[in-house]
Amino acid sequence: MKDAKPPTNKGGLNAEIQSRIGHQLRAMYDDVVRQGVPDRFADLIRKLDASEPASPQMNNTGDFNAKNDGRD
Amino acid sequence: MPLTNQLRDDILASVPNLRAFAISLSGNGDRADDLVQETLLRALANIDSFQPGSNLPAWLFTILRNLFRSDYRKRRREVEDADGSYAKTLKSQPSQNSHLEFEEFRAALDKLPQDQREALILVGASGFSYEDAAAICGWAVGTIKSRVNRARSKLSALLYVDGAEDFGPDETVRAVIGGSGG
Repeated sequence: MKDAKPPTNKGGLNAEIQSRIGHQLRAMYDDVVRQGVPDRFADLIRKLDASEPASPQMNNTGDFNAKNDGRD
Repeated sequence: MPLTNQLRDDILASVPNLRAFAISLSGNGDRADDLVQETLLRALANIDSFQPGSNLPAWLFTILRNLFRSDYRKRRREVEDADGSYAKTLKSQPSQNSHLEFEEFRAALDKLPQDQREALILVGASGFSYEDAAAICGWAVGTIKSRVNRARSKLSALLYVDGAEDFGPDETVRAVIGGSGG
């Protein structure tokens, strides 16, 4: 079967193969892009946006401590 | 600049691309989403350092890449996606044939050196210019170009030369490409 291999130049890239690789790469990538924005991220941005733009701090329970609620 | 509604919407609109980049880099859906979350938190915490009018996706990709790099050094390949859990993150399951092909491609991509994989994804999939990709990685434009080229050569060798006997080379390749013999 050795002579049945696709035509590939040893030195340069076969143009068909190169275009095929580009197509596969984009297919893999675009599958994820098409999933859109998962709720988890939309919620995250919304929550942060509702507080303040300065660096939010989270404790281990996930509560936001960014606001000064009066305690010192 | 402050976080305006417009900027917030733009960041949100970048999420699908950030996820695709993170999954392409890490090969692991759960880890990729953690990376994206961390990226968003960092971006919002440092939003003041974003220059209005500059390339927002490139800025976000830079943050994600740096997080991945530091994370990667810690964890190496211990969470290798050997059982194909990446494919489970896809909503539409590919057909039998293309699924096999997809797994082969994914496996070949994972065999590339990390530098080459990053360069190829940024230019070949994310659609960044060589200049933007160079800025994201902190490399020279010539370095990006040569890494993209080497990545393509290596993938070609892995998929279409070394592994050719595995799947009946000529007919398969030609059938997919559309019958144009070389």
